[in-house]
Amino acid sequence: MSSDILKNDIRPDDELSLQIGERDGIRDKLKRMCRQNPLAAVSAIVILIFILMAIFAPIIAPYGETEPDLLNRLQDPSLTHLLGTDELGRDLFSRMLYGSRLSITIGILPSLISLIIGVIAGLVAGYFGGWIDYVIMRIADVMLSVPSLLLAMVVMYTLGTSTINLFVALTMTGWSSVARVVRSHTLSIKESEYVEAARSIGVSKWKIMFRHIFPNCIPSLIVLFTLNVPSAILSESSLSFLGIGIKVPFASWGLIVNQGRQFLFTQPWLCLAPCVAIMIIVLAFNFLGDGLRDVLDPYMQR
Amino acid sequence: MSREILLRAEHLYKTYKTGKKGREVHAVSDVSLEIHKGETLALVGESGCGKSTLGRTLIHMLPATAGSVIYKDMDIAAMSDKQFKPYRSKMQMIFQDPYASLDPRMTVRDIIAEPLETYKLCGSREKTTEAVLRLMEAVGIPGEFLNRYPHQFSGGQRQRIGIARAIALRPELIICDEPVSALDVSVQSQVLNLLKDIQKDYDLTYLFIGHDLSVVNFMADRVCVMFLGCICEVADKDELYAKPLHPYSEFLLDAIPIADPHRRNRKRKVISGEIPSPMDLPKGCCFCTRCPYATEECRSIRPELRDIGGRKVACHHPLEGENR
Repeated sequence: MSSDILKNDIRPDDELSLQIGERDGIRDKLKRMCRQNPLAAVSAIVILIFILMAIFAPIIAPYGETEPDLLNRLQDPSLTHLLGTDELGRDLFSRMLYGSRLSITIGILPSLISLIIGVIAGLVAGYFGGWIDYVIMRIADVMLSVPSLLLAMVVMYTLGTSTINLFVALTMTGWSSVARVVRSHTLSIKESEYVEAARSIGVSKWKIMFRHIFPNCIPSLIVLFTLNVPSAILSESSLSFLGIGIKVPFASWGLIVNQGRQFLFTQPWLCLAPCVAIMIIVLAFNFLGDGLRDVLDPYMQR
Repeated sequence: MSREILLRAEHLYKTYKTGKKGREVHAVSDVSLEIHKGETLALVGESGCGKSTLGRTLIHMLPATAGSVIYKDMDIAAMSDKQFKPYRSKMQMIFQDPYASLDPRMTVRDIIAEPLETYKLCGSREKTTEAVLRLMEAVGIPGEFLNRYPHQFSGGQRQRIGIARAIALRPELIICDEPVSALDVSVQSQVLNLLKDIQKDYDLTYLFIGHDLSVVNFMADRVCVMFLGCICEVADKDELYAKPLHPYSEFLLDAIPIADPHRRNRKRKVISGEIPSPMDLPKGCCFCTRCPYATEECRSIRPELRDIGGRKVACHHPLEGENR
């Protein structure tokens, strides 16, 4: 059979001359994302700026994190204090910069760790089934049945308040929802013919899990991750508000919101500035997640 | 054709336990079968009669409940997955639904390379890609589509990709599980011809599962008729199509539509009666509830598969002489 006939067999909506013989690498994918979804590209840049500002906080910040100036309490925003000062005269802009270090780390790191744990737990539970599935999912059920804030409080009270323990607390509450989603995907994907085909070839169980099942879970995982990041940032604020998160005089966005709360009607920026920062980074993560999901979907490839 | 036996099933059973206690579904019961090297053995029967289950049980994709499958003097049905691993590459499968059998997130290259990489047959990545290109050429997919995803192909082309994946390991036996039933009629013949060409080029033996008897007529050397998990008749294709011996084979062949309008008003033999539940097989012949020739003997004694003039028939009253 000549190859001309075969070419006619291809559906006409494919532009085959575009990417013949070339693998669609990461760079191409990023380019594609910028072209198709500029909002996602802007979000990525925003997140990058936030991270850089957090890393270089000591250089950028005009004042120290815990440096009080009792003569200049509760100042309005001005050129000397960009966002004004709080009730102890500390420069709010500097505190925001230092606070972002903790808030961003807390947003990303526990979400990432719970994602990894959740993916492995979900894959193993769904693929092997039986008692393994039963044990893993009952543990996850227990985690889900206790309100996450309460569970975090218990962890913080028993292990003591420190940043590491805050990570542990947030990870413990985060992984179970990931595990559930991955397990349900695994259950349906493992019955599919392409997994059966892989088994008939003799591909090992772990390879089937990570080469066939995991990639087909990615769209849901991206959505979950972009939801987990803001909720982790907000949990940290709640815990700090309850006095078991970050201790004064150190700063995190949630803590600054709480301290500024009492001046909401007189000096609203004290409270609103960290709120706006949280909002921007949460939105940026959501938009970036959408963009990534589209870029990783082979069906969107043209 | 050589009569060397490649694979032999002996009294193979596959039963599934159902929720109700003690109840069992007999998907395959007491099947003895020989597959000769180089032939195409077709497995036909109505849907739900256990064709696919038998095919999968033969190549260790499903564990057999009882009985043995002999390959090179070894009982592979009794092996654990680990023991079977070295023989896995000798028995491959082509699946029914080309839309479901290819991972939507892998490129054609990765799909066809997967068997090669699993057994580390090619060494480097470049050599693997070269081998993939050769396989694509063999099944008629242009090499420039190497990095495309399955959804960018038509059904026929996807099935070609599935075939390339199945022959990548140079297997001896391929189970073709209704490979063309999901395809357009116009594409079916292309894929069937490809299967035939490849069989010659790669020295393959096919177990061709199908329910379309004209497709089976085109592909098969021998035909095995199944009903409700039991084998009714095994015979050379020409003999079976000319003169079926088992009553069920006769009904099956009589149901083939005829493309000649003048012959359409002939009397068809219509099958009557109910299919027995596979959870509750009759004591005698599986087919006795629907067979017009059934006698008391058929209802009480399960007929053994016996030789009649070089063919195997499981019937107390095969269609010879008086019954015709």
